[in-house]
Amino acid sequence: MKKESLVIVGNGMAPGRMLEHLLDNNLSYDITIFNAEPRVNYNRLMLSPVLSGEKTYEDIITHDDDWYKKNDINLHKAEPIASISTENKTVTSKNGKVVSYDKLVIATGSSPIIIPLPGHQLDGVMTYRDLDDVDRMLTVAAASRASKEPLKAVVIGGGLLGLEAAAGLAEQGMQVTVLHLMDTLMEKQLDPSASWLLSEAFKHRDVAVLTNADTEKIVDRGDGAVSGVILKDGRKIPADIVVMAVGIRPSTTLAKDSGIEVERGIVVDDQMQTNILDVYALGECVQHRDTCYGLVAPLFEMAKTLADNLCGTESSYTGSVTATRLKVNGIDLYSAGDFNDGADRQEIVLRDASAGVYKRLVLKDNKLIGAVLYGEASDGPWFFDLLKKDADISEFRETLIFGQAYQGGAQLNPSEAVAALTDDSEICGCNGICKGTIVSAIESGHTTLDAVRAQTKASSSCGTCTGLVEQILTWKLGDEYEAAAITPVCGCTHYGHDEVRHLIRAKSLRTIPQVMQELEWKTSCGCAKCRPALNYYLVCEYPADYKDDYQSRFINERVHANIQKDGTYSIVPRMWGGQTSSKQLRAIADVVDKFRIPTVKVTGGQRIDMLGIQKEDLVPIWRDLGEAGFVSGHAYAKGLRTVKTCVGTDWCRFGTQDSTGLGVRIEKFMWGSWTPAKVKMAVSGCPRNCSEATCKDVGVICVDSGFEVHYAGAAGLDIKGTQVLGHANTEDEALEIIVAVVQMYREQGHYLERMYKWSSRVGHEEIKQQIMENKDKRKRYFDRFVASQKIAQVDPWTERVAGKDRHEFMPLTVVSPAKVTHLEVVR
Amino acid sequence: MTEQRIKWLELGAFDDIPKLGSRRIELDKMKIGLFRTASDKIFAIEDKCPHLGGPLSEGIVHDNCVTCPLHNWVISLESGEAQGADKGCVRSFPIKIANHRIFLGVSKLHEESA
Repeated sequence: MKKESLVIVGNGMAPGRMLEHLLDNNLSYDITIFNAEPRVNYNRLMLSPVLSGEKTYEDIITHDDDWYKKNDINLHKAEPIASISTENKTVTSKNGKVVSYDKLVIATGSSPIIIPLPGHQLDGVMTYRDLDDVDRMLTVAAASRASKEPLKAVVIGGGLLGLEAAAGLAEQGMQVTVLHLMDTLMEKQLDPSASWLLSEAFKHRDVAVLTNADTEKIVDRGDGAVSGVILKDGRKIPADIVVMAVGIRPSTTLAKDSGIEVERGIVVDDQMQTNILDVYALGECVQHRDTCYGLVAPLFEMAKTLADNLCGTESSYTGSVTATRLKVNGIDLYSAGDFNDGADRQEIVLRDASAGVYKRLVLKDNKLIGAVLYGEASDGPWFFDLLKKDADISEFRETLIFGQAYQGGAQLNPSEAVAALTDDSEICGCNGICKGTIVSAIESGHTTLDAVRAQTKASSSCGTCTGLVEQILTWKLGDEYEAAAITPVCGCTHYGHDEVRHLIRAKSLRTIPQVMQELEWKTSCGCAKCRPALNYYLVCEYPADYKDDYQSRFINERVHANIQKDGTYSIVPRMWGGQTSSKQLRAIADVVDKFRIPTVKVTGGQRIDMLGIQKEDLVPIWRDLGEAGFVSGHAYAKGLRTVKTCVGTDWCRFGTQDSTGLGVRIEKFMWGSWTPAKVKMAVSGCPRNCSEATCKDVGVICVDSGFEVHYAGAAGLDIKGTQVLGHANTEDEALEIIVAVVQMYREQGHYLERMYKWSSRVGHEEIKQQIMENKDKRKRYFDRFVASQKIAQVDPWTERVAGKDRHEFMPLTVVSPAKVTHLEVVR
Repeated sequence: MTEQRIKWLELGAFDDIPKLGSRRIELDKMKIGLFRTASDKIFAIEDKCPHLGGPLSEGIVHDNCVTCPLHNWVISLESGEAQGADKGCVRSFPIKIANHRIFLGVSKLHEESA
C-alpha cells in the first residue's frame, strides 16, 4: 500500500518534536518538509548561549542532515512555500516545486515585531530571533573588541528576549542600554519586587536599564547607518546597533492567503486542526482557544497532541500553563502561572536580603497557582509541577516555600537582616556606635540591653535604635536573650518604625521596593499603612534624590486639598502668619462667587477655608488664587500647617517683640517641609498668649529679654500644655532652635506620631540636651533642614496649574445617557 | 446574562491609569472607579464605599484592594466586598483589555438606564 503523504511547512522546534513522536510510533508517512531557513533543525532556546559565546551553532543542532536521511525524510532547505491549494491538496514552493499531500502541517512560526519607527530600516537595526540575527550581532561584537572604545548597543524591549540579547551583547564586551516602555522589566512574568532585583542585577553588569523609555526615532549617522535613538522625552542614546526585541507575531500570511481561518494566529481546535479538513497547524503560528504561545513548552505539548492525532490516537490539547526561566548567566529567575493578587488567594513571600533571594508563591484553595522565584530558582520545576498537577499542598503549606528539599525543615531567623549588616554599619546615630562595637560588647559578656547601653552608649540617648540593639543581642545570644516586644509598622513586616528608619539609613536603602526587599516585607507591595510611612522616611532621608512615590500618599497629599465627607474638597490658601489684605480677600471673594463655593469658614489656625469644591474646579480655582499671589496653605499635609501670631509690638500695648514678624519669618522659612505628622505653630507677643502658643507643636512666647521656645503641646485628641525647650536672646537664635527641634522630630518621629508623642517617647531631657546644650548638634540639625528645604519649597498649586498630574483632576471618561444607549457591541 | 449581551464600552488607554493608581469614570449618573494593581490588572467597581459613600477611586491601592480615603475601610477590587471585620459590598463590573485599550462591560447598566 502506498504511504500517505505528510507535508510540513516550516522546520522549527515544534515540527521537529512532532517528527520525533511520529517516528517513536513507527508510523510511516511519506514525509516532506519545506524550510525557509537554509539550515537543519536547531534549538532556538539556545540562541542566547551562542550570542554570549558559551556555545556554537553546531552545539545547538537537534536534528542534522544524517538524521533526516536515516529516517527517510525529504527536507528542502531554503525553499519557502508560496501557496497552498486546499482544494487540490497541493503545496507550491517559491521555486515552483509542486507536492501533493494527504495531511498538511503548517508550522510557519512567528516573526519578530519591528516597530515602524522613523529610521527602522537603517543599517544596524536588527531583531533577535534566529541564527542570522545572532551572526549579525557576533560580527558587530567582534568589531567592538577590535576597536579602541567598545561599540554601543541599544536593545529596545525589556522582556525575556530583549534581556537575553542585552546580557549576551554585554558579555561580548559591548556597552549596552536596554530601553523598556513599561516601568518595570518583564512586567508580564514578574511582580514589581522581582523586576526590581532583576534590574539591579543588570545594572551591576554595567547594562544601563531605562524604564518608561518610549523610543521616538532611530537616528541616521548620515550614511544610512544607525547612530543612536531619541526617546519621546528628549533623551538621546548613542548606538552602533539597535536590537528590536519587543515581541513576536505569528506568521500567518501563507495560511490566510490559502483561505485558512486566521485571527491573530492560525485558528486551530483541540486536535490542532484548522478549519480545513486535513490541514493542521502547530507552534508559534497558531491561535488555540484565543491564546498564542511564544514559549517552548506549549509548543512541545501541541507537537505531542498533533503526532498522536496523525497516528490515529485521539488526543486533545487544552492549552498550557507556562513557566519562564531567564537564560542569563548568573541570574536565576523563574516565573510560572498566575501571580496576581486576589481576595480568594493567599501569598507566601520569602525574602532573604543578604542572599538576594525573593520567592513568592500564590495559593488558592490550598493549591499553588503561581510562583515567582528570584536569586534561587532551583525549586522552580518542582513548584511548576505542583501547579500543573493542581496538587493539594495543605499538608506541607508551612514549609512549602523552602522548596522540595526542606519539607518539614527550617525556621526563619528574624535577625537575618541584622546579621547581614557589616561591622561598620552605624546602629546608634546619636552616639555614633557601629554594629562591630556592639557585637564585641556582647562577646565580652555584656548580655543585656542595659549592659550594652552602659558599655557602648548605644541606644542610651534617643533610644530609637533600641529594637536594633536588641536584635543584635538576639542574633548573638539566640534563645538566651529575651527581647522586649516591638510593635510592627503594620502586618506587612515584623520591624517597628525605629528599626525601619535605622535600617534605611544603615543599609542606604533608597526606594520603597528596595526597603521591602532588603527588610523582607511579608507582602509584595505593602499596604495603605506602611507605604505612606516608607515614602515619608525616604523623603526625609534623601531629600535631594528620592523620587516621591505619588501612589503611596494619601489622597489629600496627592491633590493638595482636603477631602470632605461627600467627596468634595476644601482648600486653604496660605496667609503668612495669619495676615491678609484687601486684595487677597477680594480675590477669595471673587473665587467663591465664580465657582459657587458653598461654605467659607475662618479656621482655628487663622486662615480662610473654602469648602465644598468639586475636584474638577480645584485647578481653575488655584489659577485664580495664584494670580492674586496665593500659594497652598498645606492644610492637608503631614507637614508645616500654620504659624498663628498676635499683632505684637506693631499694635499691642503689651507687646514685647515683633511676634507677627517672627511668625511670618518662621512660616516662610519652614513651609513645604514634610514631617511625620502635622505641625502647628504659634508666636505670642507676650505671656498673655493671645495666639495660644502653649498648646502647639512649637510655640514661642515673646518676653522682654527675648524668646521662650516651647514645644510638644497638643489640643486635639489629647490636651497637653507645651514644655519649655529653652530661651533665645535673638530672633535668629529662636529660629535655629525651632528648626533644629523640628528636624530632630522629622528624623526620629514615627509616621503619624505627633510631636508631643515623640517627645514623651524619646524624653524631654534628651531633646533638650541635643538642641539646647549641644550647639554643634543643633547646628547640624538646622543645616540638614535647610538642605532639604532647597527641594521642598515649590508651591504644589502653581505646579498643578502648570499641568502637573493633570490626570488626577479629571475623570477618565464621562459618558452621557444618550451615548449609553448607542454602545457598540464588541463581541 | 450571556456573554453576547455584554456591551463593551471603550474607556481610554491602559496607560491612562497609573500603576497602583486609579481613575474615575462617569456613566450616566453612576460613578465608577477604575483601578490598576501592581501586577497591572485593571478592576472596575462602583466609586462609592459601602460604609458612608466615600470615593474609593481616591484611595490607596495595594494588592487587589483599595483603602477608602474617608475611614480606611479596605474594599476588594475583585469582589467589591469590604475586608476584615467590616461588612458591605459595592458593585463590580467586568473589564477587558484589548490593544492597550480598556473596555467596560455595561449590559446591566444599559438595562437599568433604558
